[in-house]
Amino acid sequence: MKNLIDRYIRKEMFPHIWCPGCGNGVVLGAIIRAIDDLKWDKNRIAMVSGIGCSSRITGYVDFCTMNTTHGRAIPFATGLKMAKPDMQVIVVMGDGDCSAIGGNHFIHAARRNLNLTAIIINNMIYGMTGGQFSPLTPTHRIGTTAPYGNIDQSFDLVKLAMAAGASYVARSTVYHIRQSISLIKKALNKKGFSVVEIISSCPISYGRLNKIRTPVDMMNWLKDIAVSSKAWENLSPQQREEKLIIGEFLDVDKPDYCALYTQLLEKAREEEVR
Amino acid sequence: MNKSLDNIKLLQGNEACVQGALLAGVRFFAGYPITPSSEIAEGMAYYLPKLGGKFVQMEDEIASMAAIIGASIGGLKSLTATSGPGFTLKQENLGYAIINEIPCVIVNAQRGGPSTGLPTKPAQGDMMQARWGTHGDHSIIALAPSTVDEVFWLTIKAVNFSEKYRTPVILLLDEVIAHMREKVIIPEPEEIEIINRKKPTVPPEEYLPFKPDQDGIPPMANFGEGYRYHFTGLIHNQKGFPTSNPQEIDWHLRHIYNKIKQNAKNITLYQRHFLDDAKIALIAYGSVARAAERVVKLAREQGIKTGLLKLLTIWPFPEEELSRLANQVELMLVPEMNLGQIVLEVERVVRGKCQVISYNRVDGELINPEEILLKIQEEIEK
Repeated sequence: MKNLIDRYIRKEMFPHIWCPGCGNGVVLGAIIRAIDDLKWDKNRIAMVSGIGCSSRITGYVDFCTMNTTHGRAIPFATGLKMAKPDMQVIVVMGDGDCSAIGGNHFIHAARRNLNLTAIIINNMIYGMTGGQFSPLTPTHRIGTTAPYGNIDQSFDLVKLAMAAGASYVARSTVYHIRQSISLIKKALNKKGFSVVEIISSCPISYGRLNKIRTPVDMMNWLKDIAVSSKAWENLSPQQREEKLIIGEFLDVDKPDYCALYTQLLEKAREEEVR
Repeated sequence: MNKSLDNIKLLQGNEACVQGALLAGVRFFAGYPITPSSEIAEGMAYYLPKLGGKFVQMEDEIASMAAIIGASIGGLKSLTATSGPGFTLKQENLGYAIINEIPCVIVNAQRGGPSTGLPTKPAQGDMMQARWGTHGDHSIIALAPSTVDEVFWLTIKAVNFSEKYRTPVILLLDEVIAHMREKVIIPEPEEIEIINRKKPTVPPEEYLPFKPDQDGIPPMANFGEGYRYHFTGLIHNQKGFPTSNPQEIDWHLRHIYNKIKQNAKNITLYQRHFLDDAKIALIAYGSVARAAERVVKLAREQGIKTGLLKLLTIWPFPEEELSRLANQVELMLVPEMNLGQIVLEVERVVRGKCQVISYNRVDGELINPEEILLKIQEEIEK
């Protein structure tokens, strides 16, 4: 562990800003473990984030890092990836960041099948601004802007990414950490747009408002709501209401944007100037 | 084949912008279709891949602005083009480029506003938005050509300024300049001065990405070339990390403001026409400057000693030249296709040393020389 910290963490940035019981640090640990397993050169890794608690992750890791504007991490990463196709570009977003203000960018990066790995830390709430409901807050749950219960339907990011054209889509939780590491590793290795949603714990905002008050309660809650697709098959519609499927949903090989762009460049060079 | 004849082109303003950008070394364009700037995107989509550059049509204007910043951080000279409604959307990430000192160029082919406004008609309504459109104190460079040839040269200047001063630069066209066709003589590449951003000379472990050299500009390392560091839209220290230290905050804000101010002399471009003996000075820019040039001739035929100060740089505002001129002339007339934006700056600089009046048109039509002349005659008779 100390080795990993020395190798990947900007120690001068600590202490971090995250609350006790926050899942962001767990995801940070999972990402650097996955990268360490892959033995990638740090100079060739870029990490790009937007705005929110989770986006502070880019300040803490010793890669080429950009903490950008709210929801816009993917388009910033798009420009960087096009300029430096040899770099591994990882985008880390929160649920509001990715699916509300950044929703359009997310589906279009998937549509292009652009070679980015998007890791979404989904704590089902806007944490940094104090607990407002997000597009991933389940219906009926409480947020500071949904004091009578959320009447909105929530997005299923997995289905959204699959429908929009991603190459790899998976979901896990901060409780299922070994699975998270292995899914992130697969996503990082994937050509094309890869997505890993990690359900995370926010005891301070989501937990307190929804009566899952302590970090331990939240971990137990994650353990309880997450089921494999196999287990899902045996659940009644009523039992399914509060559950989330974890695991791998999509892993396909199809032309990625960078490969297609290389072909385009060759075609453009061959054609006569009009 | 006569090479020199081959270099003479009849180009649209938007096409001249593309040619200038390519010669200046732009190798990345991200954009979104919008009238009257779309020909720039179309030109870039065609030419960039031939030069090994990249064109991406993004999902919206906000994403386009973000993408050119990302590509610039990756080391490619980057440009985007838009018009009023898109320029409004770009303000968000324009602020990010300012606070992180990212070289990039934003072309705004102005049309009537506010909102959807007049998509196919010219206006000069975005002069103040170019200066103050994104929130917070900051500096900016904005240039405004009035001929197609100037579009070509000022596009190159814009790219050079952005690289030299580590800043976004805005090129303000208007619908007329963007779409009209004029002669442009395309120079040979070796005839053009190209400026590339300063790279760090220290090893990565000693590199402070936001520590300026004596000229006020910090050297910039591209990502992926051995220097690992951090960009953030938060106020940051010279290492690039967020800070809440009042001294560091104050330093950062003043640094991004002053680095343009202290170099203003080298950035403010203008042309003087018949000003040496003038008693009346027209202050004009963009397509209105074309009419103003004609007015100088017509007025002088009537014995009215009139001259023109044509502004090519709008921001930073050419304060020194205007202040000098205010000591000489009795009247400054500022014709604009807006309800009076640059005239406010002129009044600020002149400080009552001479009379300043404006002439405005916001009906989507160009300002004619005759109506400016009439305004001058009215003022003389008063």
